[in-house]
Amino acid sequence: MNNILLIIQREYVTRVKKKSFIIMTIVGPLLMTLMYAGVIWAAISSVNQKKIEVLDESHLFEGKFKTTPEFIYEFKNDDIEKLKSGLKGSQYDALVFIPENILEAPKTVKIYSEKGVTMELQGRVESAIEKEIETIKLTEAGITKSVLESAKMDVSSETISLKEGGEKKSSAAAASIIGGICAFLIYLSVFIYGAQVMRSITEEKTSRIVEILISSVKPFQLMIGKIVGVALVGLTQFGLWIVLTAGVFTIGGKIVGDKLMQSKDAITQSQMANLPPEAQELAKENMQVSSGMSNNIVTDIIGAADTLPIATIVVSFLFYFVGGYLLYSALFGAVGSAVDSDTDTQQFMLPITIPIIAAFMIAQVVIRDPHSNLAIWTSMIPFTSPIIMMVRIPFGVPIWQIILSVLLLIGGFMFTTWIAARIYRVGILMYGKKVTWKELGKWIFYKN
Amino acid sequence: MAENILEIKNVIKNYANHRALDDVSLTVPKGTIYGLLGPNGAGKTSLIRIVNQITGPDGGTILFDGHPLAEKNIYDIGYLPEERGLYKKMKVGEQLLYLARLKGLSKDAAMEKLKEWFIKFDIKTWWEKPIEDLSKGMQQKIQFVATVLHQPKLIILDEPFSGFDPINATLIKDEILELKEKGSTIIFSTHRMESVEELCDYIALINKSKKVLEGKKLDIKEQFKSNTYTLEYFGEELVSTPNFTILQEEAQLDGSKTTILKAEEGRVGNDLLKDIVEKVNIRAFKEDVASMNDVFIKAVNQSN
Repeated sequence: MNNILLIIQREYVTRVKKKSFIIMTIVGPLLMTLMYAGVIWAAISSVNQKKIEVLDESHLFEGKFKTTPEFIYEFKNDDIEKLKSGLKGSQYDALVFIPENILEAPKTVKIYSEKGVTMELQGRVESAIEKEIETIKLTEAGITKSVLESAKMDVSSETISLKEGGEKKSSAAAASIIGGICAFLIYLSVFIYGAQVMRSITEEKTSRIVEILISSVKPFQLMIGKIVGVALVGLTQFGLWIVLTAGVFTIGGKIVGDKLMQSKDAITQSQMANLPPEAQELAKENMQVSSGMSNNIVTDIIGAADTLPIATIVVSFLFYFVGGYLLYSALFGAVGSAVDSDTDTQQFMLPITIPIIAAFMIAQVVIRDPHSNLAIWTSMIPFTSPIIMMVRIPFGVPIWQIILSVLLLIGGFMFTTWIAARIYRVGILMYGKKVTWKELGKWIFYKN
Repeated sequence: MAENILEIKNVIKNYANHRALDDVSLTVPKGTIYGLLGPNGAGKTSLIRIVNQITGPDGGTILFDGHPLAEKNIYDIGYLPEERGLYKKMKVGEQLLYLARLKGLSKDAAMEKLKEWFIKFDIKTWWEKPIEDLSKGMQQKIQFVATVLHQPKLIILDEPFSGFDPINATLIKDEILELKEKGSTIIFSTHRMESVEELCDYIALINKSKKVLEGKKLDIKEQFKSNTYTLEYFGEELVSTPNFTILQEEAQLDGSKTTILKAEEGRVGNDLLKDIVEKVNIRAFKEDVASMNDVFIKAVNQSN
């Protein structure tokens, strides 16, 4: 037992002291933050207000186009040819032409632009015109505006999960995001740290220190010590990543947030200045409504995240992280012991990596339907459960399923560790021979 | 206190396709240097691994210091394998400390012993160096220190001199003798017969999974002596007498002759000399002692 602790200590300390570990631990969160900051930055900077002039010969649509942060519309009363020729070099980005007979010929709307028309602008113009024509036609058919108003209902659903403890607001979006992140982290860590175990076992074998070591400790102790040591390194790294990322995010978030507010204000002001006084009132109202709405969505998601089973998620993440890692790293270790160099690992790697990759792919499906049969089955099988179950847990999983999955995973890694130990004890002393699958199978049943 | 550090009785070891050890019995007396010899693939390494409990035997018993070999005995054994290496990136000091602690030494005890060895081998400046910065010979020294640091009762050295220059080889040889003085028993496996000649008190020879011979080195050499004598002389050519036959005669440039005489059954050097001394001028006369090389080749050929 004492020897296992010594081995764990060595494996842990030598890895944590490595430059690559320190660099990865520091650079990881920075990269993550930079990535997010980049996305947010791009979103902010793309808010580039465009001015659109509209020539409405039908006079049906004046004031019906809503001003947004992206688009400002100005209605003109002029000759089309004159406007067209004047567009080039003017302050306007596009010209929308609505003919007089729009009701009869709805496909005659034209949008002129120097640089090409964005899909967004096209969509907005089309839907505004469509909506207005609809209203006009309904009015013509004898339906009054008030009837119309009352017929328009804004339907937006609220998802509520029924569980013990009564109704809770839940957000499928928040659940999928958290589930997806957890699953991805487990997927990543199995590969990163499993491969570390494999490489370091091969290294011990090729440097021939292994024979010195196993004259002092049992091969099984050596293998377990290494697996546990690397697991602790993984947990340390993830822990540091979470702490550092949170730190960097708080600082970075403040800077980005300020910039966000500034740019929003700037946009609003420049928008307002360009509008006639009565339209300014309208626009202000619109802005308030829309910003109020987006605020609601954000608070909704945060609120829903609060209702997620956070404690369950954290505990089960730790368990499935460790369990999935143990299951696969034992197999990686067995491969590492069977080969003479890293380059020989290929032939044995495929059957190990296939279930991991498959699990990750199935996770994409499960995230959309976390209670399907596929989801339930794959969250039971130990080879896929660490990833699949983590996707499902934020959506709420019956307790019996979690317990069964946990027990199966424990059984699963005990089984792979046993197999791996049998292969390992033979493999580490077997030099200069290309090993086949058949031989690996035989090794399992060798006596000591 | 048992008289023998190791008693191996009828040990059998099977691998998938062959029997590596077939009913092998050896007795290693305490405080000796015991040469374990044999051609490549004879089963020496299999035997050594069983003693180190790296693998288990399929049959037979092993007594260590009078008791059945047990797990705790790994602390009483120091093993220097033939195929050996160290963690390349790890520093010399850290590495030795780690290996010593795996052999059951406390950190402080290991530190103290390491200091002695670093002074003895004059390698104090190596402590902070990573192993990969050392030459092969330097690494071998570190491995030797790792093997004997915990003062084991039994030290098993597999080709300990490979990779050493003559100066370091002598250094290690002296250390081995000193360890023996201090009461350790050393099992010494090698193909270099001159070091067997020089160091071993006992030898055992394994060939094709079986023990071929075992005993005191001097007894075995006696057993394998050819009963021949080499004579250098001036004068008329000798002829065979009832006491000896001439096997070979060779004239030298200076006019002397070198002859190999085979003594007849029951005759010794003095009987031969009586016949010769009257006839020729003797420059040199000595009994041919079997070299370990001869013993090895003869024994292996006989058993084939």
